Amino acid sequence: MTIVGILSINLKFVKNKRFMLVKVFHLFGEYVLFLKKVFSKPEKRKIYLKQTMIEMDKLGFLSIGIVTIISFFMGAVITLQTAYNIENPFLPSYLIGVGTRDSILLEFSSTVIGLILAGKVGSNIASEIGTMRVSEQIDALEIMGINSASYLVLPKIIATMLFNPFLTMLSMVVGIIGGWSVGVFTGVVSTQQYIDGIRYAFVPFYITYALIKMVFFAFIITTISSFYGYRVQGGSLEVGKASTNAVVMSSIFILLFNLLLTQLLLS
Amino acid sequence: MITINNISKSFDGRKVLSDISATFDKGKTNLIIGQSGSGKTVLLKCIVGLLEADEGEVYYNDILFNKLSFDKKKLIRQKMGMLFQGAALFDSMSVEKNVMFPLDMFTEMSKEEKLERANFCLQRVNIINANHLFPDEISGGMKKRVAIARAIALNPEFLFCDEPNSGLDPKTSVVIDHLIKDITEEYNITTLVNTHDMNSVMGIGDKVIFIYEGQKWWEGSRNDILDSDNKELNEFVFSSELTRKIKGL
Repeated sequence: MTIVGILSINLKFVKNKRFMLVKVFHLFGEYVLFLKKVFSKPEKRKIYLKQTMIEMDKLGFLSIGIVTIISFFMGAVITLQTAYNIENPFLPSYLIGVGTRDSILLEFSSTVIGLILAGKVGSNIASEIGTMRVSEQIDALEIMGINSASYLVLPKIIATMLFNPFLTMLSMVVGIIGGWSVGVFTGVVSTQQYIDGIRYAFVPFYITYALIKMVFFAFIITTISSFYGYRVQGGSLEVGKASTNAVVMSSIFILLFNLLLTQLLLS
Repeated sequence: MITINNISKSFDGRKVLSDISATFDKGKTNLIIGQSGSGKTVLLKCIVGLLEADEGEVYYNDILFNKLSFDKKKLIRQKMGMLFQGAALFDSMSVEKNVMFPLDMFTEMSKEEKLERANFCLQRVNIINANHLFPDEISGGMKKRVAIARAIALNPEFLFCDEPNSGLDPKTSVVIDHLIKDITEEYNITTLVNTHDMNSVMGIGDKVIFIYEGQKWWEGSRNDILDSDNKELNEFVFSSELTRKIKGL
């Protein structure tokens, strides 16, 4: 290959990278403008309040089942793994309770549940709004003089930011119960040792930390998923793509904010 | 009355609408006709503000609509009703709730008053005993009629219909056409209908605008169409063998 050929390929690569960067900034700009539209003054507060209640039921209450099941089993697995990792006569058994508690409070009940909700709630939101877009229901709202972004998205944001912390607390309780029941059933720890571990050197701020993280994650899941759904153009194929993108991007941003918030809140 | 002046619109450098001007009168059924891809839906979307025209002006009763702020546009939009190609009923709401929705959003009526108004609008479009059904439980023609009921719930000044007969059988199409015309005259609404259905054109078109390759090619009444010697219009209107024989082409 000639030098000119190599140079032209490199130039193309740089151009493509620059183009990608422009695209990322363009997308971010669109997201910010979308949020501006979402947070404008509601047309009728009473209707928005009613919508918020409906969304709480749809996005919150209907997630209780999956959060409970996953939390129970994750708590159980964490207990067993901790037990196998500290199999040492010099280490007291109550440390199993300590390990389970801290894993659940610090990471599992907020981040892992956040990722699970990104899959369940995020795809639901993106596909619902995306379908409304392709079937012209969003245009119908706009024609009526309704701020469609605000009407469709603001109640979802409020509902998840208020309700998801309860899911986190539920996950904490169920996870610890799961750890206890399986720990006692398999004989790796006694009830007394497990409770001692749960109470040992407890830092109440860990709960606050998890709840703060979940509020951020709820905002990320709802706004990113709504954004991808709202900008769908085309048909059912694009709705599917938007749904996938919404889950992927929400998950990435959850992990990114997990890192940032951990550094900010725990350092 | 709606007036548009020199409307132009391009997508990615490709001109879709070029310099279109027209006036749509109150109490009349104004039709925008043209082949698929001629730009009539884009024109309708520019008029209602779902798309921003690159150039030109849209006036609603002397108010320059397309230069208004988002909040001021909302006030004009509350006077609009629109029937979309696929009806665009809200899936999560029953027929009754769909019609009551604009009343919920923009009026302070009591629940009984809203229900009464919704029932009146539904009866006006001949929808009876379907109040609690959901959009996926009713036929295409019924969906269109419910969408018309929703569009007239707030007594609009302007009614827009994007291909109201698409996907309907000829008999139901005629019912929808006459419903649109009757409502237009009854409530003295400025109505714009986007269509390529020649039965609609000859049945209800008080004023007809023919769009060809993004330009306004011809304008007149439905009676003028029969006498027109515009080549492109004749090719579009009298495209079938039967109509060509009638016209003597």
